[in-house]
Amino acid sequence: MVDPKLTELEKQIIASIQGDMPIVARPYLAIAERLGVTEAVVLNTLRDLDRRGVIRRFGATLRHQKSGFRANAMVAWKVAESRIDAVGARMAAFPAVSHCYRRTPSDDWPYNLYTMVHAADEAACREIARRMSEETGEADYALLFSRRELKKISMQYFPDLAPDPEEG
Amino acid sequence: MDKLSCSASAAPPPDDTCEALAPEALMDDTDRRLLNRIQSDFPISPRPYAQIGQELGIPEKEIIQRMVRLKECGIIRRIGGNFYPRKLGFVSTLCAAKVPQDKLARFAATVNRYPGVTHNYTRENAYNVWFTFIAPSMAKIEANLRDIAAVTGVRDIINLPATNVYKIRAHFDL
Repeated sequence: MVDPKLTELEKQIIASIQGDMPIVARPYLAIAERLGVTEAVVLNTLRDLDRRGVIRRFGATLRHQKSGFRANAMVAWKVAESRIDAVGARMAAFPAVSHCYRRTPSDDWPYNLYTMVHAADEAACREIARRMSEETGEADYALLFSRRELKKISMQYFPDLAPDPEEG
Repeated sequence: MDKLSCSASAAPPPDDTCEALAPEALMDDTDRRLLNRIQSDFPISPRPYAQIGQELGIPEKEIIQRMVRLKECGIIRRIGGNFYPRKLGFVSTLCAAKVPQDKLARFAATVNRYPGVTHNYTRENAYNVWFTFIAPSMAKIEANLRDIAAVTGVRDIINLPATNVYKIRAHFDL
């Protein structure tokens, strides 16, 4: 495993932006004041983390059900390992696909390529999967529609360093 | 600013409260432009909303008002950073389980108690519960899965670690 070698301040700043940042004119100043450093230190540390590729995406996360994408399907594909990189790349190119991963299959679950498909309804998800199948020639797949959300949170990486939610 | 308002309840509604309202009723074109801009590359500068406002030709104050309303309406879930687990010294995986209906509530509660379980859904399949798991090591995740099996009596739990990522995106074009 990689040793990420994060400083205590970096961990504190990561913990400060991994939750829900308040919508205020100077959000970094609020973080800086809580941590007892200057706003410039917070900004420079964030820029550095960003440069090092630690931050995958920084911004608003939408409830996609509420923004017009009401259905999502996980589509699991069984693809020959010799073709999987090429097929993965082609499937990733579909705009409706948000995630495309190769995974190690298990004994009674042979699927090794996973795509998350988002669309207005389930029929549209099925149609997109059908087109992905047609375009790649991969016919062995399972559509798994989500039925109930049991949990959905953002990962809290350094919970001891995160701001107390009671503080606002 | 326009007079679009969200549902009757003032608190951020759970996902199904505004279900009856079509998304088009909750957003105007300016909201869509703002949402398309704000989902990534949030400015790392002293006044991020002023910077976005400059890019879109909208005053900072209006940007903030719109953001607050989109948050209250539940269209925005949160504003913040998303990280690569590996870069922070963590590993992540996708797990699935075959859970009989009468064990579902107990199984969900047991699994959800782990802070590293970030997403958990029932899906229509023999493997009917699917969850993501983030932890400092795969050995730790496997130990947790053994504990979950022991506590719940659910034996069919599979671990499907990713070996390649072809795409990861959470940006929705509106």
